[in-house]
Amino acid sequence: MKAKIHITLKSGILDPQGKAIEHALETLGFTSASNVRMGKYVEVDLKETTKDRADAEVKAMCEKLLANTIIEEYRYELAG
Amino acid sequence: MNFGVIVFPGSNCDHDCIHVISSVLGQKATPVWHKETSLNGLDAVILPGGFSYGDYLRTGAIARFSPVMGAVKTFASEGGMVLGICNGFQILLEAGLLPGAMLRNKLLSFICKDIHIKVENAATPFTGLCESGQVLKIPIAHADGNYYSDPVTLAGLQANAQIIFRYCTPEGRVTPEANPNGSLDNIAGIRNAEGNVLGMMPHPERCAEDVLGNDAGRLIFLSMLDALKKAKLKAVVA
Repeated sequence: MKAKIHITLKSGILDPQGKAIEHALETLGFTSASNVRMGKYVEVDLKETTKDRADAEVKAMCEKLLANTIIEEYRYELAG
Repeated sequence: MNFGVIVFPGSNCDHDCIHVISSVLGQKATPVWHKETSLNGLDAVILPGGFSYGDYLRTGAIARFSPVMGAVKTFASEGGMVLGICNGFQILLEAGLLPGAMLRNKLLSFICKDIHIKVENAATPFTGLCESGQVLKIPIAHADGNYYSDPVTLAGLQANAQIIFRYCTPEGRVTPEANPNGSLDNIAGIRNAEGNVLGMMPHPERCAEDVLGNDAGRLIFLSMLDALKKAKLKAVVA
């Protein structure tokens, strides 16, 4: 089973990288772009085959290491 | 006194700290590899600056799980003095030994320059030889020093005098312009509620002797030494 994990700064927390990208897009004429948030993407292969257990495992990984929940939020998909 | 300096893979200010402790303070400095699990015999512990684990994932995020961090937590919980400088501060935040987190600098760039900080609380073991309100010129060198905490935590830090250093102008005014990285409330350094763990982004070890043209940072190390000596004396008398 594969976990595809997305980590971004919580909404409301200043994202300087997102802001810089937003300004660059604006400069390039992409005037419809707004609220750009920069994040991280992590892929993990799991030996676990039961969806419920894989879900619990990935959640624990996110809480313990992959995300800093003071400033970040995460979401993930499990496939395979 | 025996100061332990933790060496993580990617620490690069460990030798500066060791130099200051041994050559400037005349004390014993013990490098402690991050795989160690005991801090026996140490009077204080310093987590130095650098780029532990290449800053991968988040600054300090992987170093906080180094074997030695269990011992650092125990050392701190028993009242031992722990100083985290720059990356050391980031590791202490990730480890939960200090509240809050670090964000990328507001203007994104890595900032390496002298800045000014105001000593907001001189009644700590790390600032005991400073005057309250004293302005110190100390260099910073970081990309992730934009301190953040939720409003409740921030209010707690303010109410309990846990904000030890704030970025300020050379005259000591705490203004938005004097804030190099966007830190909440101009925070440059905080301590834990118990008062024995301090994290600071500026590098006192880089300005601790006259030959470098600035010895402001020496006050932090001398304060620690002074506090340790007083604690020992108290223990002997008791």
